[in-house]
Order: sequence, then C-alpha cells, then structure tokens
Amino acid sequence: MPSNRWGRHERGRFPRGRAAIAGLATWGMGEAPGHTTMEIAAQAGLRAVADAGMTIADVDALFICLPDDIFAGLSFAEYLGIDPRFTDNNRTGGSSFMSHVITASLAIAAGHIETALIAYGSNQRSAGGKLSTPVTWNQWDAPYRALFPASAYALAASRHFHEYGTTRTHLAEVAVAARQWAQTNPEAFAKDPLTIEDCLASRMITTPLAKSDFCLVTDGGGAIVLTATDRARDCPRAPVPVLGGAAATWYNSVAQSRDITTTAAAESGPRAYRMAGLGPNDIDVVQIYDAFTINTLLFLEDLGFCAKGEGGDFVSGGAIAPGGRLAVNTNGGGLSCGHPGMYGLFALIEAARQIRGDAANALPNVATALAHGNGGTLSSQATIVLGSIDTV
Amino acid sequence: MTAPVEPGPEAHWRAALQEGRILLQRARGSGTVFFPPRLAEPGTGDTDWEWVEAPALATVYALTIVHPRPPKEPYNVVIVDFDGGGRMMGRVDNIAADAVRIGMQVAPRIVTIADEPAIAFEPVGQA
Repeated sequence: MPSNRWGRHERGRFPRGRAAIAGLATWGMGEAPGHTTMEIAAQAGLRAVADAGMTIADVDALFICLPDDIFAGLSFAEYLGIDPRFTDNNRTGGSSFMSHVITASLAIAAGHIETALIAYGSNQRSAGGKLSTPVTWNQWDAPYRALFPASAYALAASRHFHEYGTTRTHLAEVAVAARQWAQTNPEAFAKDPLTIEDCLASRMITTPLAKSDFCLVTDGGGAIVLTATDRARDCPRAPVPVLGGAAATWYNSVAQSRDITTTAAAESGPRAYRMAGLGPNDIDVVQIYDAFTINTLLFLEDLGFCAKGEGGDFVSGGAIAPGGRLAVNTNGGGLSCGHPGMYGLFALIEAARQIRGDAANALPNVATALAHGNGGTLSSQATIVLGSIDTV
Repeated sequence: MTAPVEPGPEAHWRAALQEGRILLQRARGSGTVFFPPRLAEPGTGDTDWEWVEAPALATVYALTIVHPRPPKEPYNVVIVDFDGGGRMMGRVDNIAADAVRIGMQVAPRIVTIADEPAIAFEPVGQA
C-alpha cells in the first residue's frame, strides 16, 4: 500500500469537532430548466444561509465548484456581492466538497475565517444531458476510445470480478437498494420499481457495466454553511460537528492505478476515522459517492465496512437497502436520487440531514455519519465523519 | 539563464515511436520501469534513469468491452502490464472483442490511430 510506503497514515491532525454544519439546503434537484449553474448554486447557497439563521453578510469564506466556470470562486463572490476573506475552488472532481470541508474546518479552527459557504450547482440535465465538463482521458489513454468516465469504472469492475468472483448480480443489489431508498424520498428523481432481473436485463454499455449500473444525469444544487461549533450552537438548527476529515489522491488516470480494485479511500478512510476517534463499527449511516454501482462495493471495502473483495457478498440480500444491516445512501444516492455531475456535496448534505433528523428517510437515533467523496475516475478520495453535538 | 538543450521526455518518447520504437523508462537505482514518460522516477524523484525498449510481452490486467449503439461494433479497451513493469491503457487487435481475457499474454505493436502512431496489442500464442 502506498499509504504505508510513506507512512502517511501516521501523520495529519484535524481539529475534531471544532467546526460544524450550521445550515444546509438543496435546490433544483432533478430538473431546473431555465437556470444557469450559478443560479442553481446561489439558490441553494442563499437557502443554506437562511437555514443557519444567518445572512449572506455573515459569510466570510466561499468554496465552490461549477462545471462551466474555472474561476467560480471569483464569480460567486461577485454574484453574492460579498468580499470573502478566503475563496477556494479547488477541484478534485466530485470529492472537491469534502476537501472544501477539510480546508474550511482547518481555517475556522485556526481563526482564519468564521463562516464558510460551500456550494455547487449544475444544469447538466437541462443543458442536454451532456456531461458539462471538459474533463476526459489524458493523451495516453484517449486513442483507445473508452467511454469517459464509465469505462474507467468498468475496468475496475472487471478486475474485481476476476479477483474476487464479484458478479453483475452483486452490482444489481446496489442499484436496487438505492432505488428502494429513493422511492420514499420526495427529492429523488428515479422512483420506478427496479428489480435484480431488470438490472441483469439492462443494456450493456461498457462491460461489465450496464445502464442500470450508471448514476443519473440530473440538475441540482446544494450548499452547506460551516462555522465554529460554539457559534453553531446558537443557530436555529441542530449543529452537525465535523469530527474527522481526510483526503488522498493516488493518480488521475485509472490506467496508472497500482491495484485497480483498491482506491485511495483505503487511506482517506482510516485517517478520517483516526481523527474522529471512531471506526467503521461506530458509524450509524453511510453516504458514499455512487457514480456507478461498483463504487459502492469498492468504497464499502476500502472504508472498512467489510473486507477487500467481500463487497458483493456484503450487499447481497438487500443488506444496504431499507431495513438492511447497514444504511447506505439513504437518499437514493447518485444512482436514484440525483447526480448533477459532481455528487460529493449531496452525500455530505444527506449525512448531515440524517444527524439532524430531517432527512426524507430519517433513521432513528443517528449520532454519526460518514460521507465519502470520489473524484476523477476513482482517483481522488475524501472522507468526512460527522457527528451529533453529543459526540464532540 | 538555463536554456533547454533537448526535448522533454514526452517529445523524446513520441519521436522514438515515430521511428518504430516503443520506449519505457527504467530508474537505474531501483530498477523500476515506468510509463508514461516523465522527468523523474515516480515516488522517489530520482532523475537517474534510462530509456529501455518495451519488452515483447505484456499481460492484460483489466478489460472492458465498449458497446456503441448498433450498427457500430463492440470493441475492447484494456489495461496491460508490460513484463518487468509499466502499465498502460490499450486495445487488443486480431481477436473477437468478447474473447479477450484478463491474464492473456499480448505483444505490443505500433499502429496508426487518428493519423498518429500509437500502441496496440495482439494475442500471443493463441490457438
């Protein structure tokens, strides 16, 4: 493991519980025709600020990614008409927002900033269903015409099948579980009944991934307000402290993985747990970046919910569906709730909603939640552990 | 002022491919073979490396069959490991798309893709 090679697990500190989510919102989930990406992000951002009982003038740091604006941080400050002390549109793909939470938490704990607004918006579906991003294969991979990004995940799945006997039925379990959660979430986009048989009959696109293994293409925006936990205690909503956060990047192109069946979540997860003082057995609900069904298996393994290679068996028999042994992607995930290009912020929002108790599928007594982000093509991984105020 | 006196590793690699040679890099210290071309051994930054010819054999590490909408034909995309080190994306020619297997031995060759020289693979010792 490269993480051990450099001993990186042993380093890194995090200001456990010092920053908390004080407000959150989604907007335009599913379809938001007639809106720009900035309008969608700002709709969510303004609502998240109001949810925190604040005004936009309370925000002194902005974190944002937009699919169509590489200077989104600057544009967001202009759009809101505020002069933030710190602006960051660092993009590590869909894991960007977990990285934003880490940076913002460190800055808040250090007193460098007071209140951060982290936002995202995409009109990917209304804009014609195209992936509204210029990202694609690098010059070494491009000649072979693999589908971007789907074939990267298919290549990982093929090796997982080969090494561990994982099957398309295992992948179908992931899709069906996500759909079952979505069916009771008013915000979810795909609610039609879905069976294992439907998935197995689904059109093959990039072997072994069929259409049912793909996330949705939707519009949608989300935002969270992060501030000092002491300050968040005075906000109208229950604060959701950030207990731990860690990111790890092992490569960009999946062709340069060292072991394509193990992702950098195997490094970001343990570091986030250590900072939080918790382990996988202490996590009540799990929100992971399911751009494709194979992601859920890979990340459940890498984050320690089961052993490497056992993800398929772990999810079998509805184990991550409603009523199963582990609540995973309780909003329906990117597979069935919504996937507006970059999903990371929506995993964070659902995790926080579960702790606040106001998720559509709110589970009883949720004290801890894990939100895991994936960026690039299994490239950048970032893990956030959230808790209730009682866990600080 | 330091003026560059020779092309960077990528340009050198592409010029060699144009001449019919597939090159990899090998760090002299660790013996690690790596690809794509770069200035220093990944992970160590060791700049003491040499160009080596790619070996005649490689192994399919991962594979997918892309299924475009008919009438376009399905085609394979693979990740291959060169014997001795170096991992790259590629394709396996001269075989039915659904007959490619992980673990299959393949040999690199230079082909033309989009008017540029590129590397593809073909099966070795197939019945």
